[in-house]
This record gives sequence, structure tokens and C-alpha cells, in this order.
Amino acid sequence: MVWRILIGVVVVIAVAFGTFYAWAWRGEIPPLPKHDASSFDPAIVAKGAQLAALASCDVCHTRAGGKPYAGGYPVKTPFGTIYGPNITPDRETGIGTWSAAAFRRAMREGVTRKGRHLYPAFPYDHFTYATDSDINAIYAFIMTREPVRQANRAPDIAFPLNIRLSAAAWKLLFLHRGPYRNEADKDDSWARGAYLTVSLGHCGACHTPRNQFGAEEQKRAFDGGQGEGWRAPPLNENSRAPVPWTTEAMFNYLRNGHDAAHGHAAGPMADVAHNLANASEKDVRAIATYVTSLSGARAGAASPDSIKTAVAAARKLTAPAYGTTPAHQTTGSAAGKDGLGAKIFTGACVTCHHSGGGLPISRPIDLGLSTPINADDPTNLLHIILTGVHPRPGRPGRIMPGFEGALTDAQIVAVVDYLRTRFSHRPRWNDVAGALARIRGQRQTAATEAPQ
Amino acid sequence: MTVLTVNGKEHSIDGDPNTPLLYVLRDDLKLNGAKFGCGLGQCGACTVLVDHQPVYSCLLPVSVLEGRQITTLEGLGKNGEPSALQRAFIDEQAAQCGYCIPGMIMRAQGLLNRKAAPSDAEVRAYMQPNLCRCGTHMRILRAIRRAINDTRTARAEPVR
Repeated sequence: MVWRILIGVVVVIAVAFGTFYAWAWRGEIPPLPKHDASSFDPAIVAKGAQLAALASCDVCHTRAGGKPYAGGYPVKTPFGTIYGPNITPDRETGIGTWSAAAFRRAMREGVTRKGRHLYPAFPYDHFTYATDSDINAIYAFIMTREPVRQANRAPDIAFPLNIRLSAAAWKLLFLHRGPYRNEADKDDSWARGAYLTVSLGHCGACHTPRNQFGAEEQKRAFDGGQGEGWRAPPLNENSRAPVPWTTEAMFNYLRNGHDAAHGHAAGPMADVAHNLANASEKDVRAIATYVTSLSGARAGAASPDSIKTAVAAARKLTAPAYGTTPAHQTTGSAAGKDGLGAKIFTGACVTCHHSGGGLPISRPIDLGLSTPINADDPTNLLHIILTGVHPRPGRPGRIMPGFEGALTDAQIVAVVDYLRTRFSHRPRWNDVAGALARIRGQRQTAATEAPQ
Repeated sequence: MTVLTVNGKEHSIDGDPNTPLLYVLRDDLKLNGAKFGCGLGQCGACTVLVDHQPVYSCLLPVSVLEGRQITTLEGLGKNGEPSALQRAFIDEQAAQCGYCIPGMIMRAQGLLNRKAAPSDAEVRAYMQPNLCRCGTHMRILRAIRRAINDTRTARAEPVR
């Protein structure tokens, strides 16, 4: 009797696995006999260039100092590190043998030309919604890049997730295949923006929280997530921006990496903004329209007058002069006007961040308008204080120096406490020291890579 | 009063603790190696080392520096006995007007304190924040490379 049950269980497991394996199995798509870059229509290639910029393909498919799209960029996940592969049209190490059909399957299903399952660090859960013509345009752009021979680096992932079928199991649970359906009652720009945000833009990859399996929690779409150790702020009504976003402000921020009422794009978002400068202006406007609408009532209530009032209120926190204490702030603590934080602020920060001053180079944001200072946790503020803000190497742009080597941990915690109480009405953060220790730990590995 | 440890020696500093380190170095201690460039942490001419790492002395109030090791250009070598990195800058004639050079040397020393043999790409990335208006970057890079090849520069200790 026991044997019968045992055999029954084994049979059920075997059948279940067999069914899963049959479902997960993908065949090889035949290689292209030869690759001819001149066969692509230049207009399609140009469209693909704009869409590849919008999708920020280069960020994960180019290593620091490496050739564009030749791969090697480490994508760090809670499950291990995955290295963005070479997607140049090299036939040995890149995707030079991939047909358009193979490329479309990779984008939609996360499967290589040979039929191997890709990990969801590649955001095919978003790209699956892209249209054939958009994916074909990106294909035309990629296949006309310079082929680079650069071998791919194997992912650094532990058992059992190193078995590729685990990615298939993930897809069974979490991949909802496209195409994307627009809501019909919105205007065209909104609908286009919704499509781009959800598909090629893959904004939710960072701005939506993920569950323990690394899948986006669809019920909390755009409620804020993480990217590269930074916090990706909520884009919905939980946005902590002191001034509500408008479509115009969002467009400025996405397109130029800066808006007067919101400040500069920093961290991973700086790369996104850099890319969006090369995307289609109309598409960036569409994304701005859609993303702004996500903050619902907050965005709806934003009129030019209410924005002006909100900016003035935030600026009041910074005026009339640093060193004075606004009424809402308690004194006598480390965060008070006589504390360590205030002293560091006066000595190290005020030179640039004083209200109303005209700097010869650029004027920093009024700190009362800063989203990181008003955020739910101090992660992004700590990143900015430690490493500063820098343009891409060799490019013009704003510079804030980092204070990583200059200030001790206790001094950084004190100045963060001070900034929070001085320039925000929100409650003090609980564990600034803990957040700082985590970031210091992450940064130790990259000690000599980044300028300060 | 603030007590600063500069090039291994303790100094008692009177005056406003918010004073930037650069002013104290130049005006009170007569250590004129570090230069005032922009005063905004944008150019690197004022770079010195604090606990072996490069910092902008124009942006650091002396109040935060008690108990920490400050090293200036003067602390790398003695008059007539330059450190290996200073020697390399002289040998490559890396200075034109020379205004940025103390900051360049201190920043490069900060890199060598972290890593004895950085690659050329690492040197370029690390030196990125420091500006030179004369355009002697290639000589500066050659000087740093020369110093790296000289094994004596694993770590510069302040001269007492």
C-alpha cells in the first residue's frame, strides 16, 4: 500500500515536471546565413536609434569604459550578478546570427536564439508589450552597429537558480505576455505614453516594488522601488516631491535631466535622462504626460498658481538666511541650529547652497524643493552627499563634489539629520547610520572606479 | 580653539571653527601648496589628503577635522628631497603655469594610497575632477604613470 502511494507520488511529480519541461522547451531558430548591415532601411534604423535610447539599452549592455553594446555591465540583483551580454552584430560573441524573429522572441519571451531561457534582469516582462514594428526598428538599429568581438561573462548566480529552467519557472509565475492594450478614453499622447512607459521604457523595473522572487508587484505599480542601490521614488500619489509634478516639469526632467522645481536627475536616473535626450521628443512628452497622470489627484490639482504657491512655500524654508531656525524646528539637538549638523552645513554646504545667491557656474536647487530630503528614507540623500553629482565623463554638466573621504560617518549622519529637520516638514528618519553603513558597504567594492 | 594635525604636527587654531581648512593652511600655517581656485569644489586646486584620501580643503570647515590626519603637498617630501610622485612630476615637466599641480599631485597620491598599481583607465577616471587650464594633461598622466612604475610610492607618509 505504502509502495503504491509512493509510486503514485513519483508518477505525479514526473508528469508535472514533464508537462512543465514541454511548456518551457524552446527550439533553436536557424542562424542568419550572413549579416548584411546595408540591407536595413536608414529611416527604420533612425527610428530604432530613438527607441533604443528610450529603452536605455546601452546602460546594461555596455561596461564602464567599454565599446557600446558589447556587454559586460554587472547588473546586481538579490540573487546574484548578471552581466549584460554583447548585443553587437558580431557573429561569434554578439547576436550577428540572430534573425528578426529570434530578436523578437528574445524581447517578448526572454529566450536566446538557441532556445536558452534568459534571467528576468533583462526586462522582457516589459518588452513583451512592445509592437512588432518597434522591436523590428530596434533590431535594425542594433544590427547596424559596429560588431565587437567581446566574450560574454557567465552570470554569478548560486544553485539552484543557476539552472536556466528556473528562469522558465519564473516566467510561468510572473510573465504576462503582451500585447499592451491602451485605455480608449484618454488622448493620444497619454495612450502613447502609457504604452512606452510600460513596454520599452520599462520604468516600472525600478519604480515598482518587487516581491521576494524579484517580480514586480503589479498591485503596487509605480509605488517606488530600487535601482543600483538607489531608491526609485514613487511615481503615483505617494510621490514625496514637495511641489506636484506637471507634464511640463516632467518633460524638462526627463529630457534635460533637470527641472527648476525638482532639481537634477542623479544616480541611475542620470543615465536615463542622458538617453532620453536622444529619444523622440514627442515620445518623451508622451511619457511625461502619462507618468504625471499617475500621481492622480495631486497632478490634477496642479495649476500654475498652486505650483507657484508650493514653490514659494518650499523656498521659504531656505530663506531668509542659513543659520536661522524656522519655527517648526526643535533646537538643542544635534539637528538644531547649534548642533554639529548645522556647523557642517554652514562650513561645507552653504557656499553653494545658500538661498538666492548667483553662482558663477550653476545654481543648485533650493533644498526645500529637494525630493531626496523629503523622501521616506535617507538612501538617495546619502548617495548624493557621499559621491556628489557628476556629468558623464568628458561631458559638460553640473558638479556637486562628493564628501565620501571628507566627512566621518558621524558627521554625515549629523548633517543628514540637520537637512531633514531644516528643509522638510516630514518626521526625522530613524536609522540614518544604518542606511549609511549599507551604502558604504556597497561602495567599497567600487572604491577606485568612481570619481568623488 | 581647534587642534589640527597637519603633516604629522599638531597646531592650535584660534578663530571661527567654520573657517575652511584652505584658509587656515595658507594664512595661519603658511603652507601655500594648496591653491584657491574656485572655492566651490569644482576645480581641485585646493586638494589635500585627510586620512589618506583627497578632499577639497576650500569646502571643509576646520571644526570637522579634529583628530584626523591632514597631509598637504609640503608633507609629501622635504625641500630639496621631493617624494617619488613629486619627482615624477618634475621629471616629466608636468607643470606649465603650475597652479593646478599641487592639487593634481595630492589627488594622484590619494589614488596611490588606495591602489599601488592602478591602470591608465583608473588613473584617468580618478583624476577626472581636477581641472588644468593650460592643457598639460598628457604630461600629468605620464608623471603619474612614472610614479606608479617606481615602486617606492606605495604609501606616502608625512615627513615629521
